[in-house]
Amino acid sequence: MQHTHTQDTLVGLFVAFGIAGLFFLALQVSNLSSFSNDDTYTVTARFQNSGGLKPRATVSSSGVKIGQVKSISLDPKTFESVVEMSISSRFNTLPDDTSASIFTAGLLGEQYVSLEAGGSDELLKDGGKIELTQSAIILEKVIGQFLFKSAEEKAEGNK
Amino acid sequence: MELIRLLGQNTLAGFNKLGRGTYFLTHTLAGFMELLPRPHLVINQMYSVGVLSFLIITISGLFVGMVLSLQGYYILSDFGAEESLGLMVAASLVRELGPVVTALLFAGRAGSALTAEIGLMKATEQLSGMEMMAVDPINRIISPRFLAGLIAMPLLAALFSMVGIVGGHLVGVGLLGVDNGSFWSQMQAGIDFEDDIINGVIKSLVFGFVTTWIALFEGYDTTPTSEGVSRATTRTVVNSAFSILGLDFILTALMFGD
Repeated sequence: MQHTHTQDTLVGLFVAFGIAGLFFLALQVSNLSSFSNDDTYTVTARFQNSGGLKPRATVSSSGVKIGQVKSISLDPKTFESVVEMSISSRFNTLPDDTSASIFTAGLLGEQYVSLEAGGSDELLKDGGKIELTQSAIILEKVIGQFLFKSAEEKAEGNK
Repeated sequence: MELIRLLGQNTLAGFNKLGRGTYFLTHTLAGFMELLPRPHLVINQMYSVGVLSFLIITISGLFVGMVLSLQGYYILSDFGAEESLGLMVAASLVRELGPVVTALLFAGRAGSALTAEIGLMKATEQLSGMEMMAVDPINRIISPRFLAGLIAMPLLAALFSMVGIVGGHLVGVGLLGVDNGSFWSQMQAGIDFEDDIINGVIKSLVFGFVTTWIALFEGYDTTPTSEGVSRATTRTVVNSAFSILGLDFILTALMFGD
């Protein structure tokens, strides 16, 4: 095959397109650009039960995404779930009496951590702890309680 | 008795071929050093392996993405989860369909052409001619093709995934009326750069390596007759497809089973 100028150009175009494709995947499709480039600070919260929360789940405040869950581990002494969250430094004005709850997005959606700001003048710092937490709602427990209650009411009504 | 003898013969022949293939592979990889002063050899092959596969890859990618979007929408709308369409299309393309379908098309489009070309070179004794002139045919003919295949495959797979996502967007947002913002935001929230995209690129590199190796070796190892070349071409496509799908299972189990 003869080596021509046009061929070089076409190969160059092909390689450029391919690399553009990789960039598209990295920037537009994955979450590479959203938080990893920003500075973040880490706070931890202890929950009685973190339910189906997973690493990389959203951390939001008033419905706005401000960070993500870094890791979830079990405290071997208190048997509490320790959730580490990295929060973007742009949102570094959270007071230290902020409370954290685990909610579900929609009925079948993913679980996320919602932070609600308190009224304290002190701010949460890197490595800070969130004291006020509310565990994930486990649907089976709620249903169990509801069934138990309605059975109790029926028994009282029969007397 | 005849059966046992046949079984043993075929097993030995299989190992023999694997051994020759491995020797061929190391020889080819060693030939990469010889390519440094002659980059135009690789660029020529990039043209026939990459540029000429460009059209089939992009068109297939577009249609695969469109079909995924259409099928996904019907399933997801049963659960009221149409917003996850972007995530579904992107995850299936980046993790599986991008590397695998690209590799299968690559084996059919570029791999068979490589086998036929080299097989014919052998049948017409061009390779022996080169040896007579003290030119190593593996360094001169095989190595540039191998390197070109290795470079072209991940680029083609990335293109396939990109065009597929665009196709999925066209159908999902344009035709079926999924919200544009949630299409992208669900995708970005669910696709991880290292877990999904880098693993997809690794997959396509492995597939490119295996497919080009099979194609070149079948061509080099062919019986030098027209029938031999046609058989070698068939074997390239069949063996590549088997190895791609088998390796895909192993790689997926290793990468995504956490």
